[in-house]
Amino acid sequence: MAEAERVGEVIEAGTTGFIAQCYELYQMPPLGSLVRTGGSAAELYGIVYNAATTSLEPGRRPIARGRDEKSEEAIYHSSPQLAKLLRSEFEALVVGHKEGDKLYHRLPPQPARIHGFVYQCTPDEVKEFGKSFDFLNIILNAHLPVPTEELVAASLRRMSRAHDDQRDFLVAAGKELAILLSGNLNQLNAILGRIKL
Amino acid sequence: MSERLGIIVSGSLAKGVEVRLDSSASIEDMAVGRFVTIEGAKRRFFGMITDVSLGMTDQRLSLTPPDVSDPFIAEVLAGTSTFGTLHVSPSLVIGGDATTMLEGPQPVKTVPSHFSVVKAATQEDVELVFGTEDEKRFSIGTPLDMETKVCLNLEELVKRSNGVFGKSGTGKTFLARLLLIGILQKGAAANLVFDMHSEYGWESRDERGRRVKALKQLFPSRVAVFTLDEESSRRRKVSTDFVVRIGYDEIGPDDIALLRQTLNLTDLAVEAVHQLSRRFGKSWLEDTLAMKGTDELPEGLNIHESTLLNLQRGLETVRRLPFLMPHAPDNTVSRILEYLDRGTNVILEFGRYTDITAYILVANLLTRRIHARYREATEKALGEDTTPPRPLVITIEEAHRFLNPEVASQTIFGTIAREMRKYNVSLLVIDQRPSGIDSEVMSQMGTKLTCLLDNERDVDSVLTGMASKNELKSVLSKLESKQQALIFGHAVPVPVVVKTREYGSAQSYRDFAPDSQTEKDIEKLWD
Repeated sequence: MAEAERVGEVIEAGTTGFIAQCYELYQMPPLGSLVRTGGSAAELYGIVYNAATTSLEPGRRPIARGRDEKSEEAIYHSSPQLAKLLRSEFEALVVGHKEGDKLYHRLPPQPARIHGFVYQCTPDEVKEFGKSFDFLNIILNAHLPVPTEELVAASLRRMSRAHDDQRDFLVAAGKELAILLSGNLNQLNAILGRIKL
Repeated sequence: MSERLGIIVSGSLAKGVEVRLDSSASIEDMAVGRFVTIEGAKRRFFGMITDVSLGMTDQRLSLTPPDVSDPFIAEVLAGTSTFGTLHVSPSLVIGGDATTMLEGPQPVKTVPSHFSVVKAATQEDVELVFGTEDEKRFSIGTPLDMETKVCLNLEELVKRSNGVFGKSGTGKTFLARLLLIGILQKGAAANLVFDMHSEYGWESRDERGRRVKALKQLFPSRVAVFTLDEESSRRRKVSTDFVVRIGYDEIGPDDIALLRQTLNLTDLAVEAVHQLSRRFGKSWLEDTLAMKGTDELPEGLNIHESTLLNLQRGLETVRRLPFLMPHAPDNTVSRILEYLDRGTNVILEFGRYTDITAYILVANLLTRRIHARYREATEKALGEDTTPPRPLVITIEEAHRFLNPEVASQTIFGTIAREMRKYNVSLLVIDQRPSGIDSEVMSQMGTKLTCLLDNERDVDSVLTGMASKNELKSVLSKLESKQQALIFGHAVPVPVVVKTREYGSAQSYRDFAPDSQTEKDIEKLWD
């Protein structure tokens, strides 16, 4: 089993989601990817729905520095302090948790703990999580700053990569969506258009 | 393991239940007339698909259809947003409660609960419902897409009058022949067939021009062929047992009354027949024809000249029938009864005389007398506490001529259809215009076997009195035009669409008449 990659640390947490900061600038997990945090007692699963790189101090915005530089890398090279003055964060929507060995696709009883390590899930974990599509309902009902269709499509596309038969997985997910979105044809069509291979 | 089709989503006992198809089951594989089982929480139900339809969760889908050229989208939507629905009418409970365990399938009195699983019926289920071939049951064919046999309970069948219907060329004759073979094979009753087109006794050709054997060839020792037209029989190399001749003196006024329409007689003329026969006695027909005018009428008879002319013209048509003669050398009725009493089945061929006048006259005349004898025998058996006569099945073609509302009350066939069950005589009615048959007679029929019918009125009249009439209507009108029939009534526990049993191959003949000696004899004949 592949070792899970550590991608950050929780810096803000609520019942429905958490914000984590990356250890390295720009090293946030991709949109829609499945991450987990917490110890063996209560493991939380989240789907990355938003990421941002901002100044460390909210009041101080970075200024443009590249006028005399040849390339982007050169800016960071000549101002090494930048990596410390900026930070990359990502937000994850909690879509499930694990108690003992059992995986539940619903909100956890407790939110994540601050400074909890956040790991990118391995393909095996993704596969196990993808056995049920109950999490789709959580995403569809969440009020997020990103378009829901985009997030659903991104997470399904990403999950499908962990499966041997991507198409089968996507068709099954599509059918689940068709039931959930039976009253919202446009949204359904938008998602289906984004997840087809 | 039977394939799962879907789940029950709504319905009622009166109208049947709606089944939503699973996405794995293709609606194009469904067919009306197929059997399904429904696994209720406590009972198992048995029913038939009576309609297939398309549904969708959102009406907007039909207004702005999705891009189904993309197989992914098509696959996702199939069974979720768009789905197939089946209309199933449950008709039997085949398992689950004590009565069913002990006494076999029972009629339904309730519907399965919500979301009960619906599966295609397995061979075992169908066997459980229709039984297996034994000394009482005769296999008439197989259900759609199945190998199991559908068996008719012939003992039940011959207790009541039955009908075989269908448009011309849909296989009525074959179906009727199968039934007759079944009755013969199981010895359920004696048959008397009024064979208008000479197809039941000896070989004839099917629509593809193949020769097919008929009853006399399959059961030589148990079938007697009577003929009205000796010449035609001889030309076709039929070995006949008796040549039927009918004397003028055997024709009664009732026989003429039935021919009123065919002979174009007026009501007054029919009335005059009664008067004349009262006056002249047995020789009334000859005497009437011999008269030159009303002045020759005997005293006391008041018949108008035009009426007499009308009557004479009609009677002349009758007298021209070649098998009629002043005095018959032998009594046909006694001969027929003799054969029937011995358990031999009688087929009366009409040869060239396919004219409806001849058919109605002969069939009615003979049946009336046979009926009287049976009635006597049954009453006697009742009084003396002996065994009643063997059940008799009389087969008539073009039945709407005998049983139309105008004459059904007068003809003997109407009487038989209505009440002769008590005297062990029943009818097998073969007809292509069931709407022409009196509704009272139709409603008394025990089992109806119907091939394709497309005339609305015919369909309606065949299905009169059925609880699930509307459902069966769609089944009936979608039958294939060959080798398929819908059977419902007493002899089958549920209405069933069958692909009729093969008829015409050497193997089929062996199945019908397993008696090896007979078979050898037949083979010899054919070599």
